[in-house]
Amino acid sequence: MNTKISKLCTLAALFCVSTAGFAAECIAPANPGGGWDFTCRQIGKIMYDIGAVEKPIQVTNMAGAGGGLAFNHVVAERNDDADLIVAASSATSTRLAQNAYAGMTADQVRFVGAIGADPGVIVVAKDSPFQTLGDLLNAIKSKPGSVTFAGGSATGGFDHLKPLMLLQRVGFTDIAKVKYISLDGGADAITQTIGGFTQAMTGDMSEVVGFLKAGEIRVLAVLTERRIPGFDSIPTAKEQGFDVVAVNWRGLYIPRGVSDQTFDIWAQRLQKVADSAEWKEAMAANGLAPFTKVGGDFQSYIDDVVAEVRKLSQELGVIQ
Amino acid sequence: MELLANLSLGFSIALSPYTLMLALIGCFLGTIIGALPGLGPSNGVAILIPLTFTLGLDATSALVLMTSVYYGAMYGGRISSILLNIPGDEPALLTTLDGYPMAKAGRAGDALVISGFASFVGAFLATVGLMLLAPLLARVAYLFGPSEYFALYLLAFCTLGGMASNNQAKAAIASCIGLAIAMVGVDNTSGMPRLTGGNLHLYDGIDFLVAIVGLFAVAEVFFFIESHGSKSSIGVKLEKVRIPWKDLFATRWTMLRASGVGFIAGILPGAGASLGSFLAYMSEKSIAGEKGGFGTGVAKGIAAPEAGNNAAAGGALVPMLTLGVPGSGTTAVLLALLMTLNITPGPTLFSDRPEVVWGLIAALLIANFVLLLMNVPMVKIFVRVLQVPAAILLPGVTMISFIGIYSLSGSYFDLLLMIAFGALGYVLRKLDIPTVPVILGILLGGHMEDALRRAMVISDGDATYLFSSAIAIGLWAAAIIGFVAPMFMRGLLKKPQRITD
Repeated sequence: MNTKISKLCTLAALFCVSTAGFAAECIAPANPGGGWDFTCRQIGKIMYDIGAVEKPIQVTNMAGAGGGLAFNHVVAERNDDADLIVAASSATSTRLAQNAYAGMTADQVRFVGAIGADPGVIVVAKDSPFQTLGDLLNAIKSKPGSVTFAGGSATGGFDHLKPLMLLQRVGFTDIAKVKYISLDGGADAITQTIGGFTQAMTGDMSEVVGFLKAGEIRVLAVLTERRIPGFDSIPTAKEQGFDVVAVNWRGLYIPRGVSDQTFDIWAQRLQKVADSAEWKEAMAANGLAPFTKVGGDFQSYIDDVVAEVRKLSQELGVIQ
Repeated sequence: MELLANLSLGFSIALSPYTLMLALIGCFLGTIIGALPGLGPSNGVAILIPLTFTLGLDATSALVLMTSVYYGAMYGGRISSILLNIPGDEPALLTTLDGYPMAKAGRAGDALVISGFASFVGAFLATVGLMLLAPLLARVAYLFGPSEYFALYLLAFCTLGGMASNNQAKAAIASCIGLAIAMVGVDNTSGMPRLTGGNLHLYDGIDFLVAIVGLFAVAEVFFFIESHGSKSSIGVKLEKVRIPWKDLFATRWTMLRASGVGFIAGILPGAGASLGSFLAYMSEKSIAGEKGGFGTGVAKGIAAPEAGNNAAAGGALVPMLTLGVPGSGTTAVLLALLMTLNITPGPTLFSDRPEVVWGLIAALLIANFVLLLMNVPMVKIFVRVLQVPAAILLPGVTMISFIGIYSLSGSYFDLLLMIAFGALGYVLRKLDIPTVPVILGILLGGHMEDALRRAMVISDGDATYLFSSAIAIGLWAAAIIGFVAPMFMRGLLKKPQRITD
């Protein structure tokens, strides 16, 4: 009997620890370990460490439907919760653009801001015959079946769109012929590429940094405007003649129904994180490039991105 | 002697009174979390991560605490498997097969001690393996592509026939139900939702923890209500707890082999602890043969899955640390913790941050000894749980299960689904259809399908791609032998068995 009671007490204690007081909550719309989870935990931790919030921010993992479940939860059940933030990234805007959240739209929540971006990369194994991005794209153009891409996002997702956008620039639009396999994350995708099961990997810089340092891979191109500090030897796609920029921003949204004042408070807190030394250190350690858009600007940026991805997805035939 | 220098570096970091205390607390919390149905190592670690921030722990201390919780939960999972016939988490599923019958036969204490010791052997050997071979073993992940993974899962399914049931056809039906449930959700290859009825909650498929708790714990409640408590399977006879030296000695080879099998399964990203304990159990079952009495409560049947799943837990740390690829759900959570602490696991982690890696390894060794000490003398306390009348115990367990499941996704839909699984479990048990293959179907079916579909994309639908490597062919051969052998070779397998008790 005592054991059971002590078990219950311990459990109760556990939950008290994680929900102490009325701390703000950050929903990571995925299982622990991914990019959204990282965003919640890292931003939440820094907000607490630098004193932007009084209590540690509690992280809730609400995986489901590629973030759709959490989006639906916020829209339908938490629309006026001032103590709620939700991790978002390019995957969020891509899915909204492709109508993958069962009809929900970007204006049903308020996007607070992004404070860092993970540059898109196209990677091959170190012993691959492809030396430049042009080599790879031309090989696909002449023999589409010869290259399979591995990526961490679902079919039609952001990682899948990157090579399709590049191929569009060389005039290859028969996208059904481009082979892409979706794995459980970028690290899994890179492992398959190093193992020689797929010829190239499409993903984010943070996913390949460790392998790059170990000399296992060659990054053919980084999909940013200019080369990334610290990785100056890696050429951009743009300088190789393929004008594609694709970064995976990391940021937050909050419910639609909160006051403008609440929006401003969260925007200020996020700005503080962006300016902190802790965040700069976290970005450097995880291969993120500076990318700060906080407040009203960010909402219009999202609108533009959604429109652009929708147009692109239609052109590419990913959606109707 | 670089190894010794590294180890002493690790112990110099991990062996302070403060970190030792953290290890102790972590092991204790982990054991309890593991023992509670529905709360497994992955959500246990996830729930406790905020604690490390609140306490302001540095990287090493946080890692010590979290890995102690991880190993503790792996130990704890066996307790409710043995005492209640409800797996504490998914890797402990197979421990119910022999652990519960043994407890039922009045040897609950023996079962707990044997499984605790087997857990120690598995976890200890895996930690040693991690220490000696990690950078080398990381390369194994590069050898496994879609066709190899498909063959590996096929091997698991082929050895499934006949387990936990006297009737092969019923086991087959059960695994088909599991596979059908695994089909629900977004199809990874096309990105289209399947069998979801447009319900967003089903887009990611059905979590196997929901299925486990429903099929075991909730179904148990239904039976209890139906029989007004008289027919409940809970209520095991108690006896004095001694250390069963004879059983421990008789299972020594089983523990060693199972640790090896589990460790290798753990290294493969995506296979994880469940597959480790499953392959360990099935291989020991076939070595023991018909007369081994697996499924009736024998010591080897308890030692094999526990050594296997704890070894897999250690093995899963290999790809996480060296590749940044989590080998299991819990290592995915640990990966999140590392990244929050600004440590990026990957091929360079061992050379860049030796203090983290070796501190972690030392912490694992310490946690393991703490857990052994904690689990053997403390067995008496756990056995005492049985003295609680089922009418109080069962609702308590159910309540904890509900909390555990709610903590997974924070949505009530999973709770409804869990009750539906309870009803399914009730019907299946009435029909004498085993529930373990249902869960294995859900657990492995999705991965197996993904591997097959990926292989087909890569090869343009050429089926011969599935046999394109030596590893794949070897696994196929083992799978076919595993499937066919029990049917035709029953007569030949009658070699004399040493009786273990």
